[in-house]
Amino acid sequence: MLVVFNWINDQMLKMKWLFELVEKLVENVFGLSMESKIGGSVHFFIYDTIKIFILLSVLIFLISYIQSYFPPERTKKILGRIRGIKGNIIGALLGTITPFCSCSSIPIFIGFTSAGLPIGVTFSFLISSPMVDLASLMLLMSFFGGKIAIAYVVVGVVLAVIGGAIIQKLNMEKYIEDYVWSVESAELELDELTRKDRVDFSRNQVRDIIGRVWPYILIGVGIGATIHNWIPQSIIEKILGENNPFSVLIATLVGVPVYADIFGTIPIAEALIAKGVGIGTVLSFMMAVTTLSLPSMIMLSKVIKPKLLATFVAIVTIGIMIIGYGFNAFSYIFL
Amino acid sequence: MIIKILGVGCSKCEKLEKNVKKAVEELGIDATVEKVEDLKEIVSYGVMTSPALVIDGKVVFAGKVPSTKEIKKLF
Repeated sequence: MLVVFNWINDQMLKMKWLFELVEKLVENVFGLSMESKIGGSVHFFIYDTIKIFILLSVLIFLISYIQSYFPPERTKKILGRIRGIKGNIIGALLGTITPFCSCSSIPIFIGFTSAGLPIGVTFSFLISSPMVDLASLMLLMSFFGGKIAIAYVVVGVVLAVIGGAIIQKLNMEKYIEDYVWSVESAELELDELTRKDRVDFSRNQVRDIIGRVWPYILIGVGIGATIHNWIPQSIIEKILGENNPFSVLIATLVGVPVYADIFGTIPIAEALIAKGVGIGTVLSFMMAVTTLSLPSMIMLSKVIKPKLLATFVAIVTIGIMIIGYGFNAFSYIFL
Repeated sequence: MIIKILGVGCSKCEKLEKNVKKAVEELGIDATVEKVEDLKEIVSYGVMTSPALVIDGKVVFAGKVPSTKEIKKLF
């Protein structure tokens, strides 16, 4: 059993065959040594790019198929029946399987709020949705192994639940823009999809998402390759290493304004881990990049007033830092 | 027949508008095609994923861009 599992993990998820194939390409066709800086970065770039695109296509297809059962319209209906902290938990969990692009965060926010969902439940959903999804779980597993992947998902969901619950406790409904309340949101009965509809939907999702994220992936892999082979370990360790008490703080604050999704940040995270950066620091960076960004804050400012926006950003940022320092403190469990 | 395309200026919404107009033209039906970009109005239909298509006040689908051929079957 274990042999089979290891084989699947090595060949299917980690794609050892691809690693070796690209190694041959770099050494025999390009004539570059794997030990040299150029050879190393060319290998990192080609191998990571191909691997991410293969994984992404397969994963988005599978996950979109599951997601086709949970459009936001249905999520809204499910959440409408639940109250209290349970609502935050279900909201955060549904956030992980609802198809979501940051461009629909505003309609979803207005839809949820005007349907009478508690503000905290909506925020639990809005935090977990970009941060955690099934595709990122599989991708993290491929790059960093099961323990880190599961830990990322669990703390992400916990942060979404607690963050939403705090916003609820602060009674911040009055900081939602007034017009949001005046919207009368209808219950939409969508037709049950056929299997062909779901396959079409999944195929379109693959095309749309890859069409949208490929520049970020190439930039991410490029930065990763640079860190991996060109920036001396001593510099990285000085800024982000475990001896610098501000490492998590720096990683989070750099990540907050940046917009990218998890697929672009993984190669950077991979290179940072290889350079000895703590796992908590790397997780903080990934969470900050995916969950918060300037574009998403500008969009949210159309529906919520500055005070609520600032509270939301502060809660998520502090939560991410706590997660980062926590993981660094207990990193011996994961490595 | 009044056909409305709901969506906030994304490329998919434009594609849907093009496909719908083509379908209407090819079938030669008497219909006005309008675009709705006001978020309040969009959400008032219960739609949260754009683009969506509304025919005579009823939401036919949301969050996808069917081909002209598929759209023709909806009328």
